[in-house]
Amino acid sequence: MGDAEIIPIGTRGRPGRGTGTAPSSAARGLAGGAGGEPRPVRRKADAARRADAATGPVDEAPGAADPALEPVVQPAAEPADESLVEPSGTETPAATLPEGESPRPAVTARERHPHAGIPAADLLAAFQHASRELFGEQWEAQLAHFLAFLRRRVTGDYAVDEYGFDQEVTQRFFMAALRPIAEKWFRIEVRGIENIPAEGGALVVSNHSGTLPIDGLMTMVSIHDRAGRFLRPLGADLVFRMPVVSSLARKSGATLACSEDAERMLRGGELVGVWPEGFKGIGKPYSQRYKLQRFGRGGFVSAALRTGVPIVPLSVVGAEEIYPLIGNIPSLARLLGVPYLPITPLFPLLGPLGLVPLPSKWLLEFGEPIRTDEFDAGAADDPMLVFDVTDQVRETIQQTLYTLLMERESVFR
Amino acid sequence: MSRVVLVTGVSRDLGRRFARTLALDPTVSRVIGVDVTPPRGDFGDVSFVRADIRNPVIAKVIAKEDVDTVVHMSVISTPSGAGGRNSMKELNVIGTMQLLAACQRAESVSRLVVKSTTTVYGASNRDPAMFTEDMEPRRPPRAGYAKDVAEIEGYVRGFARRRPDVGVTMLRCANVIGPHVSSPMTSYFRSPVVPTVLGYDARLQFLHERDLFSALSHAVTEDVAGTYNVAGDGILMLSQAVRRLQRPTVPLPGLALGRLSSTLRSTGIADLSPELLGMLTYGRGVDTTRMREGLGFTPEFSTAEAFADFAALMPSGPRRSERVLAGLGRVFPVPDPDPVGPRAVPALGSDRG
Repeated sequence: MGDAEIIPIGTRGRPGRGTGTAPSSAARGLAGGAGGEPRPVRRKADAARRADAATGPVDEAPGAADPALEPVVQPAAEPADESLVEPSGTETPAATLPEGESPRPAVTARERHPHAGIPAADLLAAFQHASRELFGEQWEAQLAHFLAFLRRRVTGDYAVDEYGFDQEVTQRFFMAALRPIAEKWFRIEVRGIENIPAEGGALVVSNHSGTLPIDGLMTMVSIHDRAGRFLRPLGADLVFRMPVVSSLARKSGATLACSEDAERMLRGGELVGVWPEGFKGIGKPYSQRYKLQRFGRGGFVSAALRTGVPIVPLSVVGAEEIYPLIGNIPSLARLLGVPYLPITPLFPLLGPLGLVPLPSKWLLEFGEPIRTDEFDAGAADDPMLVFDVTDQVRETIQQTLYTLLMERESVFR
Repeated sequence: MSRVVLVTGVSRDLGRRFARTLALDPTVSRVIGVDVTPPRGDFGDVSFVRADIRNPVIAKVIAKEDVDTVVHMSVISTPSGAGGRNSMKELNVIGTMQLLAACQRAESVSRLVVKSTTTVYGASNRDPAMFTEDMEPRRPPRAGYAKDVAEIEGYVRGFARRRPDVGVTMLRCANVIGPHVSSPMTSYFRSPVVPTVLGYDARLQFLHERDLFSALSHAVTEDVAGTYNVAGDGILMLSQAVRRLQRPTVPLPGLALGRLSSTLRSTGIADLSPELLGMLTYGRGVDTTRMREGLGFTPEFSTAEAFADFAALMPSGPRRSERVLAGLGRVFPVPDPDPVGPRAVPALGSDRG
């Protein structure tokens, strides 16, 4: 016992940190803020003791200071005073307790109502703080807008365009949900955004890759954030056959990739996005990454020629690596009615976790617009011309892809 | 020139009311309503002739009354209204054939107006957003009402070829809706719980009943031959429509809803036809440019207004959430310049220029 060294834990026994001689500061803080009851008692007791020391007569000072309250509190305050301030006192105060209670510390769990410590003002302040965090400085106006929005949604009092595009919900939810993925996960770098015309119809033609059409979504949010326009994607009929996906696609502004819809949208002055490689591009194996597939039948070029809108080539680097496609299950895919069922290094192996895309670094480069309004009226029906323009667009995208790949330091950086 | 107009299918509500409306038109001297069963309700100035259009006797009516304009409205969309699918098909297809044959023989007939429907375009995932009059359905209809209508349109086109002197107007009307209309679509919306297809949200277009009458009257009185889509402006999503009605919905997977609908059909509780189910899954939109420019007709009600007029007479739901939000909206009144609302977008676009 004698040679045992006592090593104090933590603060080397500095006073005031719970070393046994005095309650810790945290404990004192607790005792101080323990709600309504003990606080007045101790203050009264202190006041009484001070009065004791200064003047001597006990009955004079309290009576003069607080004539209404003092007679009630006084009997209880006396024993509390003894037990709190002088713990080493005699047994007599306990014996003189008016109700016969045993002496106990002023702070016990029993005295604290669970909500006693949170006044309404604090709750209000917390609500205001949370609102400010959520909606910014003008939170009241923002909250009002949000409530108005919610009410419009509940009562159906909003408008969609003829393709089913719901601008409000796209802006508030879809874009807000995709933005962090674009900025934080893929760290998208956009170049040549000035090639997107500020108004009027235009056709954005992009390479397609990544097993799932994430590149389309990222292009939509990038164009919305940087050019301030909505990209109206043209989707395969499979998109509109699948439940949930079909309604989300229509709401976010997509429509079917057919010449009627493409021309109608372009005539209406929309910014239309097409991925002419289709499933051939998005479902190609990883070994063929960044090799552009055939550009369909050039239907997008005929649509642009008929409506005279510029074609903006877009090259996307980074989407190939998000789900490296290393295998396919054709029989199961045929059973499910989808063009391919991917196997990636993570996908069936890790289950749903395998659906998390790899965080590759993305580069989006919009090329110089290719004008189509200088061709003759019948140009859209000239197959040779259509093929020529298609090849021109395809070559532009392919060359830009090679340049961007040379510039990129690594897949993830 | 005052006209003598023959209207078929007057025993049903829309036909009866159209005939009554047309009789009030000063350029129309006489309106003759034809059907198998007499109409119930106010028939106004219309003279009723009890005749079956599936029967050659209709030719005698046309010849005797010296009819110059025929309005064909006797195309039935529900088997329950005709007493079974077979009888419905016979009434639709054979009736139209007989009527057209009678018209072809009658020298007096100079105009034919057929009320067709946008159902002929079908509804599928491969549909373009807006059908124009020149487009074909992506999947030819194989059965039911849509097939009947497609066949009827074929016969009408054949008639137009054989009698080029007759002005044939075919009006492909969107789903007719209104406070008094009873159709598969309106009874669907009137059901206490609205079943929807899980994961799909259809685009719908409506035509108000009053607009249907004025479009048909317009086709009778003006010289406008051709095929026209007739629909109110704008699009209403199914989810939006149901929210405006404040009806509870039950989203069911497509297959389950198909099975439910056939059960309901066989028990006679509700008539959710496969065409209506397709419509409620994929939706349909028709382009009405030709209606404005060629037909020269502008509907009084937009799609949303027509639906609001239909919904006005329906008992509203509890609207609890709406009331809560309205109360909250009073606490936080919306300040005027909307910083994040839809109006912010053009501003955003112009900022960068």
